[in-house]
Amino acid sequence: MKLVIGIVRPERANNVLEALYRADVRGLSMSRVQGHGGELDRVETYRGTTVKMELSEKVRFEIAVSDPFVEATIDALCEGARTGEVGDGKIFVVPLERAVRIRTGEKDTLAVTPVEP
Amino acid sequence: MNALGTGANINTGDTAWMLVATALVLMMTPALGLFYAGLVRAKNTLNTFMMSIGALGVVTVTWALVGYSLAFDKGNGVIGGFKFALLHDVTFTPRAGTAIPHLLFMAFEAAFCIITAALVSGAVVERMRFGPFLVFMGLWSLLVYPVLAHWVWGGGWLQHHGTLDFAGGVPVEMASGFSAFAAAMAVGARKDYGRQALLPHNAVYALLGAGLLWFGWFGFNGGSGYSTGHPGVLAFTNTLLAPACTLVVWFILDLTFGGRVTAIGAATAIIVGCVAITPAGGFVSPIWAMVLGGLAALPSYAMIVWRPRTRLDETLDVLAAHGLAGLTGILFIGFVAQHSWNGVSNGLLYGNARQLGWQAVAALAGPAYAFTVTFVLLKVIGLVTPLRVPEGQEALGLDVAQHGEEAYTSGEGAILVVPEEHVPVAQP
Repeated sequence: MKLVIGIVRPERANNVLEALYRADVRGLSMSRVQGHGGELDRVETYRGTTVKMELSEKVRFEIAVSDPFVEATIDALCEGARTGEVGDGKIFVVPLERAVRIRTGEKDTLAVTPVEP
Repeated sequence: MNALGTGANINTGDTAWMLVATALVLMMTPALGLFYAGLVRAKNTLNTFMMSIGALGVVTVTWALVGYSLAFDKGNGVIGGFKFALLHDVTFTPRAGTAIPHLLFMAFEAAFCIITAALVSGAVVERMRFGPFLVFMGLWSLLVYPVLAHWVWGGGWLQHHGTLDFAGGVPVEMASGFSAFAAAMAVGARKDYGRQALLPHNAVYALLGAGLLWFGWFGFNGGSGYSTGHPGVLAFTNTLLAPACTLVVWFILDLTFGGRVTAIGAATAIIVGCVAITPAGGFVSPIWAMVLGGLAALPSYAMIVWRPRTRLDETLDVLAAHGLAGLTGILFIGFVAQHSWNGVSNGLLYGNARQLGWQAVAALAGPAYAFTVTFVLLKVIGLVTPLRVPEGQEALGLDVAQHGEEAYTSGEGAILVVPEEHVPVAQP
């Protein structure tokens, strides 16, 4: 069981969702974050005040998956988020100690496996 | 009294009203910017708003230099001459046919040209480069608007044959609608159009913008009689009645087809109603104005439902809201114009089929001219410089890419760039 964290461009979020859906990865959370990853700074000017925007808007995906799904999830994130320009984002995979589905009390792998309708 | 004089021909009441009406119409352009800005995604808010603000600058200049003369100098049946170029001879003496100063007449008509050019931006938001759009507006305000204004108001062929257009069904509404149609085709669809949901980011802006537009429209229609006389009063009141009926019918359509009354729908309905009554305002009775308002909802509603299913990314539906509703209004005059109300002419229902004929000619010729010239104009500009931003900029948003600003900036992580000369230097 791993937690896959993907930080991607906001405008690619829809493509990532599509790619994840095609890879049969169903459970995920998404949040808007600001961050910096070495891309060029944007320069903005407001009435003579010029500022360098160090942080850019990103979307952070958090996806808990059972081991067989880790590679598929990473591939889907890469496929959906890549533009080839600096600033496409990062993927972090971290081990997951426990998972519980609140409704049923199912644990671990069962808890991160989507219910068949 | 000086040489220019405020002679006996000037009516102070008319002049006072027209001063206010001009300011009301000018306010419609930022109101339109607000309406449009609410309908696009957050990352394109400023760019969309700026397209309308751009018209306030560029079009006012072109209008004063040549545009006014091309529209309102006598010229020939197709276009005016250059007698009023650089505002030559546009003074305090009354404009022929009115009792207001010629200078004020020019300013009032300027505000019309400004908002019409700004309206076209709705077709190309979220992808067109800002510079080429300004160039486009400048040329459009010389090649398209003045010609059509001349046809119906400046002594052109439609006016000569008796086409009735009170406040701009031909030069404003149909011209902007069908130019938008052409512009959407010339510029092409947004790259995510038809693949992703591209949703309005702030319906409150859209509602507030529509409300302010309606407010300004009282000057637009109510001022188009150039006086405080009967036609102006009739058009003013009809501007209250018709959009209200459009709203009610739109509510019913929304309930019937979607099960819920929508806010964006209501904002659109206000515009559609105001547009429909624009050409007809001073020519039809109040009850017929209400019928027109209700009726105008139908074709525009149908088109707004149908258009997004096509390949045509006419993004903010200028064709449906302005082109189609303007066409409905222009034709409606041909049926129900009433001499007892307007003192000018009857329509088909009151025994004058000829009126409908010339309304129909205007409904064909106006759109055809606007569409053709706009399409060619944009293609020509496109040969000189790209019309669209690169794909990466379209994804990032045009606010940052084209203006270096954001509508909703938080300031977090922003580092002040201090100009070199202000850097404190250690003193010896």
